[in-house]
Amino acid sequence: MFQIDCPWCGPRDQQEFSYAGEGGIQRPQDPSATTDAEWADYLFMRRNPRGMHHEQWRHVHGCGQFFQVTRHTVTYRIESIRRMGESAAAGGESS
Amino acid sequence: MSQTHRLSQGGGIDRARELTFTFNGRRYQGHPGDTLASALLANGVSVIGRSFKYHRPRGIVGAGPEEPNAIFQVGTGATTRPDQRATQVELFDGLVASTSARLGFDPLSVNNMFARMLPAGFYYKTFKWPATYWPRYEEKIRAVAGIGESPIEPDADRYDHMNAHCDVLVVGGGPAGLAAAQRAASAGARVILVDENPAFGGSLLSGRDAPDNHVDGRSNRDWIANTVAELAAMPDVRLLTRTTAFGNYDHNFIGLMEDRGDYLGQPAAHGVRHRLWRVRARQVVLATGALERPLVFGNNDRPGVMTASAVSIYINRYGVTPGYRAVVFTNNDSAYGTALDLHAAGIDVAAVVDVRRRPSGALAAAVRAAKIPIHDGCTLIKARGGRRVRSVEIGRLSGEQLTGDRWKISCDLVASSGGWSPVVHLHCHIGSKPVWDDQAACFLPGADNPGQTSAGSVTGHFNLRDCLAQGFERGDAAAAAAGFEPTAGTAPSAPAAGETMPIRPFWLAPSGAPISRGPKQFVDFQNDTSAADIALAVREGYESVEHVKRYTALGFGTDQGKLGNINGMAILAATLGKSIAETGTTTFRPAYTPISFGALAGRNAGHLFDPERKTAMHEWHAAHGALFENVGQWKRPWYYPKDGESMQESLDRECQTTRTAAGVLDASTLGKIEVHGADADRFLDLIYTGARRNMKTGTCRYGLMLHEDGMIFDDGVTAKLGDNHYFLTTTTGGAAGVMNWLEAWHQTEWPDMDVFFTSITDQWATIAVNGPKSREVLQALCNDIDFDRDAFAFMTFREGTVAGVAARVFRISFTGELAFEINVDANHGRYVWEAVMAAGAPYGITVYGTETMHILRAEKGFIVAGQDTDGSMTPMDMGMQWAVGKKKTDFIGMRSLARPDIVASGRKQFVGLLPTDGTVVLPEGAQLVDDPQAPLPMPMVGHVSSSYHSVTLGHSFALALVKDGQSRMGETVYSPQPDGSVIAATIAGPVFYDREGARQNV
Ligand SMILES: [Zn+2]
Repeated sequence: MFQIDCPWCGPRDQQEFSYAGEGGIQRPQDPSATTDAEWADYLFMRRNPRGMHHEQWRHVHGCGQFFQVTRHTVTYRIESIRRMGESAAAGGESS
Repeated sequence: MSQTHRLSQGGGIDRARELTFTFNGRRYQGHPGDTLASALLANGVSVIGRSFKYHRPRGIVGAGPEEPNAIFQVGTGATTRPDQRATQVELFDGLVASTSARLGFDPLSVNNMFARMLPAGFYYKTFKWPATYWPRYEEKIRAVAGIGESPIEPDADRYDHMNAHCDVLVVGGGPAGLAAAQRAASAGARVILVDENPAFGGSLLSGRDAPDNHVDGRSNRDWIANTVAELAAMPDVRLLTRTTAFGNYDHNFIGLMEDRGDYLGQPAAHGVRHRLWRVRARQVVLATGALERPLVFGNNDRPGVMTASAVSIYINRYGVTPGYRAVVFTNNDSAYGTALDLHAAGIDVAAVVDVRRRPSGALAAAVRAAKIPIHDGCTLIKARGGRRVRSVEIGRLSGEQLTGDRWKISCDLVASSGGWSPVVHLHCHIGSKPVWDDQAACFLPGADNPGQTSAGSVTGHFNLRDCLAQGFERGDAAAAAAGFEPTAGTAPSAPAAGETMPIRPFWLAPSGAPISRGPKQFVDFQNDTSAADIALAVREGYESVEHVKRYTALGFGTDQGKLGNINGMAILAATLGKSIAETGTTTFRPAYTPISFGALAGRNAGHLFDPERKTAMHEWHAAHGALFENVGQWKRPWYYPKDGESMQESLDRECQTTRTAAGVLDASTLGKIEVHGADADRFLDLIYTGARRNMKTGTCRYGLMLHEDGMIFDDGVTAKLGDNHYFLTTTTGGAAGVMNWLEAWHQTEWPDMDVFFTSITDQWATIAVNGPKSREVLQALCNDIDFDRDAFAFMTFREGTVAGVAARVFRISFTGELAFEINVDANHGRYVWEAVMAAGAPYGITVYGTETMHILRAEKGFIVAGQDTDGSMTPMDMGMQWAVGKKKTDFIGMRSLARPDIVASGRKQFVGLLPTDGTVVLPEGAQLVDDPQAPLPMPMVGHVSSSYHSVTLGHSFALALVKDGQSRMGETVYSPQPDGSVIAATIAGPVFYDREGARQNV
């Protein structure tokens, strides 16, 4: 049972959140221009690393916001939490 | 006096009061402060059950959570509890307990005579084939192997959950835990201290009141009382006894189960039986102690063979001696303390048998001084006796082998010690591996988990002075790590431990015969796993400790191998010729000791299990005889039977009246979402398959939502309320998912879009009036909307008042009839509903439920997302190309509709089915085949998704998904049924009624 530090509300119990898939997956700008292989890669292929994983979570029973989490899949240590659009390095807004 | 084994003095029991309890139908007496186990021992009860596989008589072995044999059924009726460890069941007046296996002569003990035919894996090998016989075998095995019964009546007790936070959680209230809690609390930290026992003190409670047990110059009990009183007086300290930390989870989340009722027999009035604590701690100190391992020798399961520490506990804590002539068998110093405890209690100690040569050390010296004979460099070969140990055979050792020199000593008690195993369970629950320590001959906790540390004998420090010092230091450290300044002070002091002699690891006593020929040497008592079983597993090729565990059932019992696992792993390592460090341990998983289902459920049971959602008109439906069905959390009227009608008769009446006059459905449960914002058009264009951008205010459009893989997941109607303002409906069950979907795309992919979503499902009541007379009904209630067929066209809405209540009226239809859906403030829902019923009375209006709704919509071939679709159907599969915007360049799922798998032939397609026999209704979910005579496995070509009898059509019909079905019109498919019959049906289009759609355009 994790404790997740919602970037909007502060630390809360995992049961207030729902996992929302791998983070950082960009929808192709023009889907019709993608090949079948490119589209299938976007659609189906997900990382399953032993180590750092970039994820999205939603504070579904709280503020309702989606945000980014970097979590170690072996130790379950949460390395960083950022609002959507915030870059990992700067921690500030990125375009 | 029936308490034949009660000592005349000593122990923490209240001798002034007597309690009566029943065990296996016989009445016994005990005292407050007893456990069920100590009271049985006091009464001289030695055989308390039969073993799992061989049905050998078994006695009490331990005194705590490690007990493998005394697992009882406690209580009767609704509150009976299986799987209770007698060593942890506190005695109360009127307690009723039993073992499920019969005592005395047991016909199944013949298993024992054929023991060599029942080796490890016996059940796997014997009962494996034929597979269809397994349920029969299993039933027989379970019947004889039962370890308890679940209550069959509803649980009348309450259970609850408590969430708690603290700076420092200390698990274990022995000397180290008390010292740690005291330090952390004095630094100002919020502290929770938990212990599974009724009282704090841990190992101090099981020692004699002797100077070597004194702390800070006080007797052990004085020091405990003083320390607990000090802690209790601090405002931010919570002390929980009878509370087991059963699981250590991530991010310092610890699960505790507190017993608040079992120990009393019944919970207090308005109280709970068990409380589950969900604790989030900044820092955790694990002071979980250590459990003693027995030594493994022949017939070591005879009643009267116990761990040495258990013997000491029964004498010192309960004033009970488990026997009157004892043999102590050991490979380390601590059992000498038990010899001294027995001696001090006036019990004859016939011998201390020590596998070590020339035992030195302070305790051995004290035993010698007490004139107790020490047989050094010797082992017990086997115990003798049937229902109770009568004597032991002792042999001299040369290395690991017997010299041949053997002799016998009579006794009725064997106290054995193979060393101590730190309780590393909690430390290991979150993935840490324990580390084998050759010096201490035990597994120790590995590197500390983040925010956690260990103190006391769990770290391999087995003397009191070290444990106190370590607890003191780790308590300070935990407080500091939580941000508190430790106060000045010194650790509680205890006398220095005397000279000690190292343990000699000794895992299996030689018997002088091959392992499979000698007397049984048990490793896991609860599963009857012997050393020979482990050797057999190795011979058969098992090497991994995890595989051997599963093959031999080692550690599989309710005791989870607390007593036997380390011995078993060491024997495995020796058999494999590996070190214990190389072989390793099995995985430690929660729960440390079993926890109740009641505690896990807490208050989330019965009607509180899940919220029930009711519409504004719910009470009206109930008053009018509705039967309800659950749709998600909603209670929806299913149908409304009238005096004596069968279900089909009700449905026929509801359908007929709606098609010929008027019918009303409570559609309030449909999900409703308002969408605002300058980019609402653009956003909804991406969400729906159809175009939204060119909608005019006041109009409605049906729409499909696809997942990005092109599969339909929800549908509904979009209404354009104004510029940048939409209203959408979703399926009843899909509302929350659609809301999440919209938020997900907006927040994570298109955050720059100016769009907002508001759930308004509960705020609006929806009354759907269907049927040729629906216009007249509305006109009777409304004078500010023009209901003329052209003025108020199909797929538009109007705002006005209905029965004087502000309303939005949609001209949309889910029945194919002329229809209007009235939306009003939910607070006025029931008033408007009743007005509609009154206005419709002259036309014979009927109310109808979800079942009639389904028949009417299915007659028209309208899909229900989630019933006719299952997450693998595209709009084309459903024949709904018309709902996909031809000119659109993008929407979620669009690109996937061009994927090769999606455009290939052979996909299941949505069709209608007409059973050849129109009186037969195909079961929903039934599989379809082309040739019912085809050999198995029969190729399946589709399945039935919706199926009903239609009074309007005069026969049954169904909707189905059939491979390439849209090009197979008129062909016959077959549905083989479980009873062997076959239903034939002809493939047809999915619209059965009013194909041209004339009825809704009147
Ligand atoms: Zn939040």
